[in-house]
Amino acid sequence: MTDKTLYTVTVYSENQVGLLNQISIIFTRRQLNIESLSVSASAAEGIHKFTITTYSDRETMEKLVKQIEKRIDVLRAFFYTDDEIVFQEVALYKVPTDKLLDDSRIEELIRKHNARILEVNRTYTVIEKSGHTDETQALFEELSRYEVMQFVRSGRVAITKSTVEHVSLFLQEQQYRQNQL
Amino acid sequence: MATEKIRGAEALIRALIAEQTEYIFGYPGGAIMPVFDVLYDYRDQINHILVRHEQGATHAAQGYARVSGKTGVVLVTSGPAATNIITGLSDAMMDSTPLIVITGQVGSSLLGSDAFQETDVVGITQPVTKWSYQIRRSDEIAWAVARAFYIAGNGRPGPVVLDFAKDAQTGLTDFDYQPCQFIRSYNPYPAIKPAEIDEAARLINQARKPLILAGQGVIIAQAEAELAALAEKADIPVGCTLLGLSAIPTDHPLYKGMLGMHGSVAANIKTNECDLLIAIGMRFDDRVTGDVNQYARQARIIHIDIDPSEFNKNVKCDVSVLGDARAVLQALLPKVEPARHTEWLESFVPCEEAERVKVIEPEIHPQKPLMNMGEVARKVSEATGNESILVTDVGQNQMLSARYYRFKHPRSLVTSGGLGTMGFGLPAAIGAKIGNPDRTVCFFTGDGGIQMTIQELGTIMQYGIDVKIIILNNNFLGMVRQWQALFFDHRYSETPMLNPDFTMIAAAYGIDGERVATREELDDAIERMLSHRGSYLLDVQIDPDGMVFPMTPAGACVTHIMLNATEKYE
Ligand SMILES: Cc1ncc(C[n+]2csc(CCOP(=O)(O)OP(=O)(O)O)c2C)c(N)n1
Ligand SMILES: [Mg+2]
Repeated sequence: MTDKTLYTVTVYSENQVGLLNQISIIFTRRQLNIESLSVSASAAEGIHKFTITTYSDRETMEKLVKQIEKRIDVLRAFFYTDDEIVFQEVALYKVPTDKLLDDSRIEELIRKHNARILEVNRTYTVIEKSGHTDETQALFEELSRYEVMQFVRSGRVAITKSTVEHVSLFLQEQQYRQNQL
Repeated sequence: MATEKIRGAEALIRALIAEQTEYIFGYPGGAIMPVFDVLYDYRDQINHILVRHEQGATHAAQGYARVSGKTGVVLVTSGPAATNIITGLSDAMMDSTPLIVITGQVGSSLLGSDAFQETDVVGITQPVTKWSYQIRRSDEIAWAVARAFYIAGNGRPGPVVLDFAKDAQTGLTDFDYQPCQFIRSYNPYPAIKPAEIDEAARLINQARKPLILAGQGVIIAQAEAELAALAEKADIPVGCTLLGLSAIPTDHPLYKGMLGMHGSVAANIKTNECDLLIAIGMRFDDRVTGDVNQYARQARIIHIDIDPSEFNKNVKCDVSVLGDARAVLQALLPKVEPARHTEWLESFVPCEEAERVKVIEPEIHPQKPLMNMGEVARKVSEATGNESILVTDVGQNQMLSARYYRFKHPRSLVTSGGLGTMGFGLPAAIGAKIGNPDRTVCFFTGDGGIQMTIQELGTIMQYGIDVKIIILNNNFLGMVRQWQALFFDHRYSETPMLNPDFTMIAAAYGIDGERVATREELDDAIERMLSHRGSYLLDVQIDPDGMVFPMTPAGACVTHIMLNATEKYE
């Protein structure tokens, strides 16, 4: 097996029902596990953006992205390595409030990790931290020494470092194509 | 301007008529009854062919589309009818056939509740369609149908599903039909890049041993004349994929036969000797390439295709040229310099000669009492002046009829390539005859395959369709038996078949026919079949030990060619 790298795939699509299914079956057919997924609006009105991470090799990614773009309602799809994007995840941790009060070291931890407290009540406290996986994981591991009642990490969100906005360019080209008709 | 309000079901039919739909292949049921009710009023404007199974509707529509270039339209109900169309959709997806399949669906308020005859049609069909859409409101109908035609028939064609909720069929809507001309997220005919053309021309002009591989893309793009022009101008031999057959006449001096597993020795051997492969509208299927790691490693490769996801998918190319085959070839032709490759072409002769002596002659002029499939196919082809359309089923009958038929005109072969669907042939032949009523349609099938969709004889009967049916009857699932003979030590596990009297079955449907037991009867029987008005069935008794050769075993190198069970081409 060739070396696997973590790739970030971004897919821009029209707002149509069932797109997530169409995209995910292409990963399944190529036996690729989706490590994380997030779907949101994009900067362009009415256009959805999927951000998906998966371990694979460059050749497979090239094929995957073309097969995703082949779906009618997909506008463009790209793939990136970590050095080509600015990316972030957010994690939430639910810890028992008494543990927090008992041990001042937890407060220190929160400060050290640049996390913040979102909500406190008598039973539990919710802590939030954004960062890369290793960073949110590090805080989780440290908090686990006390107690973590719940932990969740979001899918990756990413923005390219490129100075060219490929999707905007694509939309302009399509506008031109429509005007030619 | 106020438009009149009509029911959704009528909007659908009017939209189909606005798209020049002449035929619908279908089967009614509860969730699509409003549409069939409207159809009753439009009988004078649109013909409905009632098949005997929904799978048959899809294959008939495929046959219709493949011979005519038009989009085939299918209309069926929900639930079991919708699951019955899956094979046809997959087949059409693999073989780039334009279809629009309309399925009835339960009312939108019942969706997701496991209502009677509800299936998740969009969910099931997404992986095997170019586009699949659920119409939940009457107001979406015109938009969805217009888009469906645009998507199915343009670019690389393919099947589209419209899943039509019952309340959208009965609801009222304004009807103002506008054909679709633009989809922002889909450009079916990407502009040709001059740099790609220049680079392709440069490689062609440098090549000393070029070889063209022509696929169905040539036929879909109607680029047959351009293909011949390129081949002739630069003196380039041409091999065709199974679906590319008839893109160039069989007797063209530069035509070197079919590619792949049961293709011609020359086309396959030369694939690994050429210095340039020019692949046009083909996708390097594994049945063509054999082991990709040993495929054309010595050659530069130009890949011309309208689907960018095909580039570097199976075989890495040096130059990819994105675009419609005809547009690309038209741009390329003026840049290609006239050339002669006499020595290269002469080098094909020993391969052709070996194949003629070792494979073709024994197949079409056998020195044994039992008949071969190839000899029957060649005889039928010649008896029609090589003018007929060949429709095949799947198996030995498919490979041997495709190999020994001769083609003069494009769109003369309808066969299931990518999916290899047994049972495809009979309904596809019905659709082919409807799609091109002026030409004789000869349908070759096996004793196994015909029984997968044999109920469509009823469709032939009901509409008086003229299809010549030739069963190459070896009382075996012959192609599987061949693999058992060659690779499984002659262990014929579940391949011998006890068959009914096919002529009696045909007779029950009012179809004439006869059993042909010996070679002496064959010519006259073919004559009777071809001069008969209407469908006719020949049940031809074939040597049960017959095999399809040449053969490159699955996964072997293209040059690993078996000429018979014991002899390899050297
Ligand atoms: C629906 C389907 N089922 C199974 C197969 C596998 N298969 C390929 S060829 C073949 C044998 C076909 O037998 P027959 O129709 O008699 O044709 P012959 O090869 O004998 O000419 C089988 C079972 C298939 N291609 N399609
Ligand atoms: Mg058979």
